[in-house]
This record gives sequence, C-alpha cells and structure tokens, in this order.
Amino acid sequence: MPDLEQATITATQAPAKGRYFTRFTHEQRYMHAVLFSTFLGLAGTGLPLRFSESIWARGLAKGVGGFGAILFFHKLCAVVLTIAFLLHVKEIFQQGILHRQKGIFWGPTSMVANWKDVKDLVSHLRWFVGLGKRPQFDRYAYWEKFDYWAVFWGMIVIGFSGYAMWFAPFFAHFLPGWALNAVLVIHSEEGLLAILFIFSIHFVNTHLRPDSFPMDMVVFTGVESEEEFKHKRPLEYERLSREGKLEARLGEAPQTWLVNFSRAVGTIAIVIGLTLLVLTLTAYFS
Amino acid sequence: MAEAAGAGRDQRAGEPLRNLRVAQRAIGAGVWAVAFASALLFCPARLVAQTDCLACHGDASMTDANGHSIAVDGKVFGDSIHGSLKCNDCHTNIKEYPHPEQVAKVECKNCHADQAASLAGSVHADAKDHPCTSCHGSAHKIFPKTDSRSAVYPLNVPNTCGQCHSGDGMAKKHGLPSVYPKYMDSIHGFALSKEGLLVAANCQSCHGSHHILSHKDPQSPTFKANIPQTCGKCHAKINDEYMGGAHGKGIAKGDNKAPVCTDCHTAHEILQPTEAEFRMQSTPICGSCHTDKLSTYRDTFHSQLGSLGGYVETARCWDCHGAHEILPASDPRSPVNKANLVKTCGACHKGANISFVQYQPHANAHDRKLNPEIYFVRLFMNLLLAGVLTFFIIHTILWLIRARYNQIKEKSNGGGKDA
Repeated sequence: MPDLEQATITATQAPAKGRYFTRFTHEQRYMHAVLFSTFLGLAGTGLPLRFSESIWARGLAKGVGGFGAILFFHKLCAVVLTIAFLLHVKEIFQQGILHRQKGIFWGPTSMVANWKDVKDLVSHLRWFVGLGKRPQFDRYAYWEKFDYWAVFWGMIVIGFSGYAMWFAPFFAHFLPGWALNAVLVIHSEEGLLAILFIFSIHFVNTHLRPDSFPMDMVVFTGVESEEEFKHKRPLEYERLSREGKLEARLGEAPQTWLVNFSRAVGTIAIVIGLTLLVLTLTAYFS
Repeated sequence: MAEAAGAGRDQRAGEPLRNLRVAQRAIGAGVWAVAFASALLFCPARLVAQTDCLACHGDASMTDANGHSIAVDGKVFGDSIHGSLKCNDCHTNIKEYPHPEQVAKVECKNCHADQAASLAGSVHADAKDHPCTSCHGSAHKIFPKTDSRSAVYPLNVPNTCGQCHSGDGMAKKHGLPSVYPKYMDSIHGFALSKEGLLVAANCQSCHGSHHILSHKDPQSPTFKANIPQTCGKCHAKINDEYMGGAHGKGIAKGDNKAPVCTDCHTAHEILQPTEAEFRMQSTPICGSCHTDKLSTYRDTFHSQLGSLGGYVETARCWDCHGAHEILPASDPRSPVNKANLVKTCGACHKGANISFVQYQPHANAHDRKLNPEIYFVRLFMNLLLAGVLTFFIIHTILWLIRARYNQIKEKSNGGGKDA
C-alpha cells in the first residue's frame, strides 16, 4: 500500500516512553474511520431488514419511524462509503499507475498476496499447534491482506447488488430477470458474511487477541511503539533499518486526548459491533 | 319531571319491566296509604284513561316496596309510539281501581305477533330479561326506529346492543367476545359515531333484529357462505367483483375454505384497508391458506420492507393479485397475467419494463428445478460464508490459545509482552 516515505518526520518524542513509528497516514486513518462508521451504520440498518421478522428489528424500526427512516440511513451510509471506495481506487490508480510508485502492486509493502503469504499462513498454523516457529511478518500480514481484500470484494459485490436493487428498473435494462432476484440473495448473504467476519474475526484478530488486547490503537493514532513494531512486523523493521529508512518513519508519541478519544470511539464501535453480532446470531438461529 | 325522564332514559333496558313485575308485590305500606286515600276519593271506578293511572304513577318519586320506580312520565309516554294506547291495553289485568296487587306480565306479542315469532327462534329467545324492552328501551318510552329518541334508531343501535355485548356485559357471562368496543373503533363504528351516517352498518344491518341467528346457522346472514351477500347489501360492486373472483367462485361452489369478506376485513374491527395497521396484518391472513406463497414472499425485499412497518406502500398480496376479484395468472384480466405485469409492477416501480417484470416475487431459492439460477447463487454464497467463517474461526481460536499460552510462558520466564 501507499509508501510512507512522505510521512511527517518528527524528531521530537517522549524519550521516557521510547520511540514511536508511523504506520498509517492521516488519509488512511480517516479512511478507516469513514469505513467503520459507515459500516456500522449499514450493518445496523441492514440487519433489521435481513431479519425483519425478529422482535428487535421491528422494535428498532418502530423506534426510528419505520422502514423509511432505516432505508434512508442505509442509503446515506452506502453513498458515503461508495465515495470513500472510489477515492481509494483513484488513489491506488494515481500512485500505482500514473506516478508508477513502487510497492503498490507488488513487493513487501503491497496489499497484493504473494507466495510468502501462503508460506506464512502454513507456518502460522503450524506454530498454533506447536509444530514450528512463529513466522516473521512484513508490513502487511496475510490475515490483514485478507481483511483488505474481503472488504474490497465485499464493497464491489454488496455495492453492486445494492445499487441494482435501488435502481432496479434501470439495471433491468441489461440484467436478466432472475438477477433481480439474485441480487437480494447476494446482498444479504455477503452483507451477513461481512458483518459476521468483521464483528468476530477482525475484532479478535486485530483488537482482542492477547498481543493487542483490548484494542490495537495504531489505526486510530497512526503510530505504534518501537517495541510493538519490532514484535509484530520484524521483517519490515529490519528492512527499513537496512535501507536506512527507519528514521523517516519516526512519529510522535500519541497525545493523551487522542489515545483517550480513540479508545472511546473504538470501544463504542466494538460494543455496537458485538451487540449486532449477538442480535444476528440470535435471529439466525431462532 | 323532565329530570326524572332524563334519568329514566339512562336506566338499564330491563329495569322498567322488572319494576312493573316487582309491583306485583309492591303495594307496600306507603303505597297502600296512597291507594287508600285515592280509594276514598274515587271509590271503585273503571280505569279508562292514562290520566287515571297517572294520577298516582305520574308522581316521579313513586316507588314500589323494593324502592324501584313505578313512576311514568306522562308527557314522554304520550309522545311515544304507544302514546295513544290506554295503560290497560298492555297491563291487561288492571281493569279498575284499586288494581290487584299482582300486575300481569305485559305480553307485547298480543299485538306484535310476527316479531315475537321471529324472536322465539333467535339466539335471544331464552333471554331472562324481557326480550322486547332490553332492546327497545323503557316500556313507556318506546319510539319508532326513525326517531332519534328510540333505542333502535340506527345511531343508537350499537349502544343498545353494547349494553350486553361489551367487556363486562352479558356477553362475558355467556362467553361471547366483547364486540362493542371493536365495532366502535371500526370504519363502520367511526362512520356512525363520528359522522352520524345513518347508512353506516350497525349491528342489525348484518345480524338482523328479531330473528338473530348464530353464525353457525346456515340461515344466518352471518353464516360464512352468506357473508358476501350480507356485506353486498351495501357493498354491491365489491360483492360483484368478489363473486367473479376465485374466492367468490369457491364460496358459490360450496367450498367453505374460501375466504369471505370477514376473513380478511374481520367482522367487527374492520379497518380502512389503506391504513398501515391493516396492511401489516393482512399478509399473514392470505398466508394462512397460501402457506407456500407466504414463505417465498417472506424471502423477498417486499416482505422485508413490509414487515418493518412505517412503509405501507410495500407490495402486499392484493397489491399485485387484486383484492376482491382475484383471478388466476392465466386469466388475461388478472393483474398478474404476463401481459399486465408492466402496468401492475409499474404502479409502484416507475420505469418498470418487460425485463424488469421478469423479477419473480415468489422465487424459491431452495428450489433447484424452479429457480436454478437463484438456487446456485444462494448455494455459492452460503458456501462462501460457511467456508470463510469456518476457516477463520478455527484459525482465530487456535491463534488465541497459542498467543495466550506464549504470553503466560513469557511472563513466568520474566520476559515482557511477547507472544
């Protein structure tokens, strides 16, 4: 993904706390914020539709003034997320194709999967069951790439099927009749997958696992401590040291307000997500 | 006097008669005194005019031994439908004054033989209260049904029947549903109570008056097969449409599973069909017979939207199939006939075209033969969902265990945060 060479170089840091390194740019953090807030909005308004027979769905619908209000909010979040998605694609296109920036489509900083990811997955699984050493990860580990591509694919699939329902008579001009039926199946199943995946797998893998518990703050603050950096992504750390680019990635220790704010926002997001997860599971199995 | 009449109008319908019957034993000490005094004045005399009786009974405070009023408001009685009659036209065993202690039960059937015969065969035949005054009101205040003072004036009928057929009325004792409040909240009840529409259906419009039969009786206007005709007395056009549709034909053939008016609209709490509440409750009613169609409808966006309420426009069964003249899709007049789909769907979906109406509102994603494309799309999506989640749940659980294990081990070795 985007190279971080241009990230702000700030030499000042709190020596007592150790050094902090920038992992995400402002743009990436804002993108994540837009992504997760619209996602929560879409999930919160989409689930009542998917499980419209359940008591909580009807209660919510009644509370906000019926389906009209839910649909409006769902579409609003969808449009905002679509714009964010298009801006992201434009960014990749500009950086990777127009500016021919290295590391966008291949190499250790790219989101594109490579052979090392396959090997990492296998050795990670082996390490889980005590059959080998823990693999060393570079900038993006295989599960992070999976998260990225799951969301990327999900947005295309859910977005397309959603717009096909929104503008059904228009889409009917070039889609076969059965596709109008299929888009609802696709939209709801893929949406359900996204919700279940994000609120269980992503939450645990990224935030709740012992390494990051209770929350990985890096996507909120943009920086992580040197210790964390070395531990989680030793290959990237070594590579940057070797190439002499480590200093360029030095960042400021996050300010207390930002940490607290991020923690509050993150906690709210996780609580909403887990609530929706429980509601989904109860509706699914009842 | 006027005040007493006003109070009397509010009395329970059965009371005046009961008072009269009680009067048989009623000539207690006080009354005896009055009677004695009167006897001194008039001596035994033939009673010929109302005024003779009203000389005593005109006293609004007159009561029998049990304290029940035996007073008669002469002016109101004079205005009433029986105003021209003499008292002993009805109280036949009273010929002269002083009259006997026992006052015979008034037999309305002496004059109203037809009505009495009708009543005898009805559900009200064994009523313990006097069957006539229960509905027609206080015996001395009976007015023609066209008179707004009458208890059976159209606008007063629901209140009259409601005296028994409401929550704490007689109906409860007999295990009958409390229909009065439901009726009053219905479209008919509103038309009657709010608009004062004389033509609005009241109880007797559907149930009849004297010859009221149980809805289980094939002769009853509320017997299932007779309901279309009963409602059709007012809703003639809808009845014609209904009888031309699949349900009406079913009923005409004697198929009592086919729904009649009340199955969808209910009998008493009839709602305006455009109301959200009616639109919300109606789909399951159709679905109670058309179960397979309901389950496939449930899978569609129409249903998902519709279930949440507040969006009453969402297509319900009859928005596409029609409400009264429901025809099979093969009928060229049916709104769901292929030739009519663009128009039918276009009612909501502006810009609906031939391709758009290929959408199947009852597609079954579980039926491989009927909807192969949707079946396989669903299968693929389910496998994707199950596959991804299964893999990552195992992956995450193993990871969690391993990471925690390492963390504990590192800590016990005096190491820092590491996993």
